[in-house]
Amino acid sequence: MIPGIVALIFLLIPLIALIAQTPWESFPKIISSPEALEALRLSLITSLAATGLAAVFGIPMAWLLAREALPFTGLLRALVIVPLLLPPVVSGVALLEALGRRGLVGGFLYDNFGITFPFTTVGVVIATTFVAMPFLIITLEGGFRSLHQRYEDAAATLGASHKRIFFRVTMPMVAPAAIAGLVLCWARALGEFGATITFAGNFPGVTQTMPLAIYTALESDRSVAIALSLVLLVVSVGVLVALRGRYLQTRAS
Amino acid sequence: MNKVLRVFVAVALVVGLGALFPGAAGAATKPNTELTVSAAASLTDVFPVIADAFTKRYPDTEIKFNFAGSSTIMNQVLAGAPVDVIATASEPTMQIGVESQRVLRPLLFAKNTMTIAVPAGNPAKIKNAADLQRSGLLLGVCDPVAPCGAAAVEFFAKNKLKVTPVTRELDVRSLLGKVISGDLDAGIVYLTDVKAAGSKVEFVEIPLKENVMTTYPIATVTDMKNNELSNRFVNFVRFSTTAQSILRAYGFAKPW
Repeated sequence: MIPGIVALIFLLIPLIALIAQTPWESFPKIISSPEALEALRLSLITSLAATGLAAVFGIPMAWLLAREALPFTGLLRALVIVPLLLPPVVSGVALLEALGRRGLVGGFLYDNFGITFPFTTVGVVIATTFVAMPFLIITLEGGFRSLHQRYEDAAATLGASHKRIFFRVTMPMVAPAAIAGLVLCWARALGEFGATITFAGNFPGVTQTMPLAIYTALESDRSVAIALSLVLLVVSVGVLVALRGRYLQTRAS
Repeated sequence: MNKVLRVFVAVALVVGLGALFPGAAGAATKPNTELTVSAAASLTDVFPVIADAFTKRYPDTEIKFNFAGSSTIMNQVLAGAPVDVIATASEPTMQIGVESQRVLRPLLFAKNTMTIAVPAGNPAKIKNAADLQRSGLLLGVCDPVAPCGAAAVEFFAKNKLKVTPVTRELDVRSLLGKVISGDLDAGIVYLTDVKAAGSKVEFVEIPLKENVMTTYPIATVTDMKNNELSNRFVNFVRFSTTAQSILRAYGFAKPW
């Protein structure tokens, strides 16, 4: 029992300290400053874009893994989860090697089409998608796996097309897992720091998202960093409330 | 709990806590001869060489380094990081520590100037500072919170250059890394950084009258563990011909 309480205190004290240190008097001014609003706007745009990309590509990937539709499913599943376990800065380095101007793929794109990703907002979206998509895939894969094949089979015997089965039978039945996966993915994208600063750089209005703005502010004005941090803390709590069915439920419910 | 899990937790605890508390594990440590030095990112190459010379002269001492942007290391010291000596790439940054009474009597020990780093082969064909104004050029600078960024702002203003950087890196080494990798066409860095990087990067010299300079102070931290050793290291860096000639070899100039 006591170790458990120690864990609780350990996890809570930093959050309490953050709230206690918040400069409430200057808080409205700080978060309504053009720099803060720009960072917040950029964070919202890039994290939503990353979540959208993760949905378009990650949901089908989760389905392929759950149905073991591809060979070496076990290996593929492990590979898909790698970015989740990788330190984000390593993801950033890997992305530079792949999509940087002299990278494996990036070199080809730059030489032939003049396309570059680092130091652009698109670069931020790429970095955050890389880091956040596995959250959606593993959450949703669990949902797909726990869904018995018989529902899809039944729909098929009634003459529904694959597409119709997927959108009208499969997806509605895994909706809770899909929503949880999307929210986790979005929260991870919103908090992304290491891969973003490594791959996309740090420039206000273009690549400086909230976490980067916080880190930059920490070097000059701690109260700005704390105020911006509080905004992200509130968002995190919001995510928790949105997922209350998943994490706040007690045995009684 | 199954056996594998039990073994895993036990191993994690022993290894992790053992590393945290080396004294408890029975290993004899010599805390009094160990010095922790926080230094600006631009000192990453030269300080270990100076430390080698120092430990050769004073055996049984061990120097540990913490390299990061000057404002980062100063913030750590202000927040009470267990550091004995701090060396920053700018006097204003050090002054913050002096005013908060966290560092004692800084001494200026080196001077650096700025240069335009370009990837090997200079793909964007930059010939002078005015070329940095070209549209579409991927120019990187340090964030103004870092000394190299403040110097870049001063350099642009001094020469009335209208530039549009694409990134503001938080320390000079991450900026240089992105120039070396070819992701940036040019970066405003310290002359010593490109000298240390050797053939991986080229540079376009900035004439003296267009250039700006930054001076490096070094100081002991108020609550350092070992007063004598800390002072000895600070004095060694500032006054010994050994340390000063190493600094010259790495491209740092005399600040006096």
